[in-house]
Amino acid sequence: MQRAILALEDGHFFYGYAFSGLNQKEVGGEVIFNTSMTGYQEIITDPSYKGQIVVFTEPQIGNYGVNLEDEESDKVHANAIVVKDISKTFSNWRAEKSLIEYLNENNVIGITDIDTRALVRILRDYGVMKGYITTEDISPQEAVKRARNIPDISELNLVAEVSKREPYKWEYGSWDPEKGYKKQTEKKYKVAVIDYGVKRNILRLMADRGCDLTCFPHDIQAEEIIKFNPDGIFLSNGPGDPAILKYQIDQIKKLLKTDIPIFGICLGHQLLTWAVGGRTYKLEFGHHGGNHPVKNLKTSKVEITAQNHNYATDVDTLPSNVEITHINLNDHTPEGMRLTDRPVFSIQYHPESSPGPHDSLYIFDEFVNLIEECKK
Amino acid sequence: MPKRTDIHRILLIGSGPIIIGQAAEFDYSGTQGAKALKEEGYEVILVNSNPATIMTDPEIADKTYIEPLITPVLEKIIEKERPDALLPTLGGQTALNLAIDLYEKGILDKYNVQMIGANYEAIKKAEDRDLFKEAMEKIGLKMPKSKVVKSIAEAEEIIDWIGFPVIIRPSFTLGGTGGSIAYNKDEFYMKVKAGLEASPVHEVLLEESVLGWKEFEMEVMRDKKDNAIIICSIENFDPMGVHTGDSITIAPAMTLTDKEYQILRDYSIAVIREIGVETGGSNVQFSQNPKTGEFYVIEMNPRVSRSSALASKATGFPIAKIAAKLAVGYTLDELPNDITKETPASFEPSIDYIVTKIPRFDFKKFPEADPTLTTMMKSVGEVMAIGRTFKESFQKALRSLELGRYGFYIGLEKEDDEKIKQKILTPNEDRPWYIAEAFRRGLSVDDIYALSHIDKWFLNQIKEIIDFEKQLQTKTLATITDCELEKAKKWGFSDKELARLLKTTEDKIRERRITVSYKVVDTCAAEFKAYTPYYYSSYESLSGKIDENGEVITYRDSEN
Repeated sequence: MQRAILALEDGHFFYGYAFSGLNQKEVGGEVIFNTSMTGYQEIITDPSYKGQIVVFTEPQIGNYGVNLEDEESDKVHANAIVVKDISKTFSNWRAEKSLIEYLNENNVIGITDIDTRALVRILRDYGVMKGYITTEDISPQEAVKRARNIPDISELNLVAEVSKREPYKWEYGSWDPEKGYKKQTEKKYKVAVIDYGVKRNILRLMADRGCDLTCFPHDIQAEEIIKFNPDGIFLSNGPGDPAILKYQIDQIKKLLKTDIPIFGICLGHQLLTWAVGGRTYKLEFGHHGGNHPVKNLKTSKVEITAQNHNYATDVDTLPSNVEITHINLNDHTPEGMRLTDRPVFSIQYHPESSPGPHDSLYIFDEFVNLIEECKK
Repeated sequence: MPKRTDIHRILLIGSGPIIIGQAAEFDYSGTQGAKALKEEGYEVILVNSNPATIMTDPEIADKTYIEPLITPVLEKIIEKERPDALLPTLGGQTALNLAIDLYEKGILDKYNVQMIGANYEAIKKAEDRDLFKEAMEKIGLKMPKSKVVKSIAEAEEIIDWIGFPVIIRPSFTLGGTGGSIAYNKDEFYMKVKAGLEASPVHEVLLEESVLGWKEFEMEVMRDKKDNAIIICSIENFDPMGVHTGDSITIAPAMTLTDKEYQILRDYSIAVIREIGVETGGSNVQFSQNPKTGEFYVIEMNPRVSRSSALASKATGFPIAKIAAKLAVGYTLDELPNDITKETPASFEPSIDYIVTKIPRFDFKKFPEADPTLTTMMKSVGEVMAIGRTFKESFQKALRSLELGRYGFYIGLEKEDDEKIKQKILTPNEDRPWYIAEAFRRGLSVDDIYALSHIDKWFLNQIKEIIDFEKQLQTKTLATITDCELEKAKKWGFSDKELARLLKTTEDKIRERRITVSYKVVDTCAAEFKAYTPYYYSSYESLSGKIDENGEVITYRDSEN
């Protein structure tokens, strides 16, 4: 372990120790906090965290180690992680290695002994901000200066960094404690996934429901998707600011002119917002955690949801053919919408969980039902 | 859904005298419940035989009866007061049993009293072993395999299905006479034979042993609209075999991956739905095979339990208060979270600290009692400690027991190795200290695991404390570094314990060590502003800020 400093662009700084990625010496990113008490491995491998330094509010991290089944992509995407107390040892029947080893293999800096609660209170009160971590022995002034100099997340095309360059097939279903991941047995619906940084569990849940999945790169032309002739189109989650993805939004606009059912999650929902003529705005400190209450306005039932987004749909900018279907009960921001005149809907939170509660898995049934209806 | 207007007078039953297994926690929940109902404008009629409780203070209920908690007395009170409803889920097992009896004797029907919170069927389904097993089978959840047999031949037929070790419980014997565990076929024949002979009806229950499995608890709440939330997960430090009330427990669970945690979450919600607790809180206990990860349901309490009181204090979520409001018709999204004010109660608390509960025993007052910890509860109280690391939380709890102990050292140097091992093998109130002593003597985590089956993550945490203790012992106040002293405080070493290790005084340690930081319990890991001041102390690294003039200010953050 090596002494490290974390500096924020607003002038705050925190001392701690780096426990992984020591060859990296420094890293910058947007500092956000996540309140999930389990699921650190799923979080750090979620491509949506690209460009971000993740602060865990759960103070004891690394306890159950890491296993290759729980990855949400093929590597760690978070720029760095910040914890109160990293566990050197681990215990779980499936554990293969420690979180420290895993982060080292991925060359990702992790820092421990940080007063994470004080840090979270600053982010809560003043909003997400740029941060910088180094193990170099520099003054706090210098560290803050460097934090201010890192590029803003809205200037980075992070989607291009996490999306796969070539189309690929996905054929595995959900995890089972006894059998692990099962290969899918049924392929009833041809679904085109636009991969802006898709989480594996989204693909697994669609595979469970008979979707024959082909994932396309983020910059696929709409014409190619239409030529592929899918039964449904899925717009995935992904990192960064949706407003800068003008090309991708234009493609979705073209897809909206077809009658193909479209379903979007998180970034996919935000891109859809722009494509239908609406706008998104940046939330003060975002929603990142596994305990957000969302009300389904159709059933008026409350779902406890997994969330990870810094941007939200501005309801006032939406055209009249958009209906809000879900709202967040903490701050009343929209969490889901549908078009009243087309087979199109989207969800801002993460119905696929992983990590997080399973209350919203029905959303995937709704997608498949929509495809089924449109096929008739 | 607003509150019910068809009921006005609600009868609340307290939990009676303080006995082992049923102590002040039910006074806490009953008081909270009564206040919540009164706040909503209901008339609360309280019955409790114990006047030495907060709930019987005159301002808590509208009418308070201090009378024996027996059915005839309850009937008289019902006859006189004519309540519209009975809320039986806040007064522990005593209240639940009385409610069952009042229902079965037709008294509730006779006076037209409705049971709210949990109804008769739900209580029966949760409490009756066979009904519960049936319900769990229906929703596809596993329980330890078991079957009643009447002969050696019948026993032989099912032993491969159950597997070894197997627990043999003769039917209808007093205090479990003749019960035993068989580890192999030879023992099995002998012990089943003995069991059959011991049973007056010549019958034994063979049950799969889950001794040494990991143990977890989930606190779940449900409202009328079927919204269900988990308040808290709890992991037992002591594996299966020690009563939860006598176990050291940790919140939140420490060694579950998200995939496993979500399985338990799904199971807990499925259990509360199947059992049919319409509104309020329940506690569901699970065991997990540490090698295969397989989960079994052990039991469920269809009421506010001892663990609910712990979960309330551990998270800041007032379970009994919310349970009372749900019972009169509110839904979780209609109730505010008292601590954040702006967010609703329909969420799951996230905590940014570790909670340790350690039971307190008093075997000195019961010299005849066997101090071995078993499935029968023996503790007379408990302490709860909050820390920002597991180590800090655990060490704080150890010294809060008022046993004159200030950490993991109680002077066991003179005990022989065999006794140390024996005290780790057999659960007893001093086990944590014997484990520490074993680490001092060089036993490995694997050695201690083999004796105790306490999860290796917990054992490793204790080992790290002892390894660090050894390092500290080689130092004095003059040679110890600031870094080491800071680490010691973050790991929960008391000033008194440090004074012993560094051969100095408590005051000198206090002068030299870092200052304490105060943190808030807020149900939401600081995501939202908290309005209820509820603090704990901890130790944190240095942080700071560059002020307007470019000057560096450093401090250890504290909330106020």
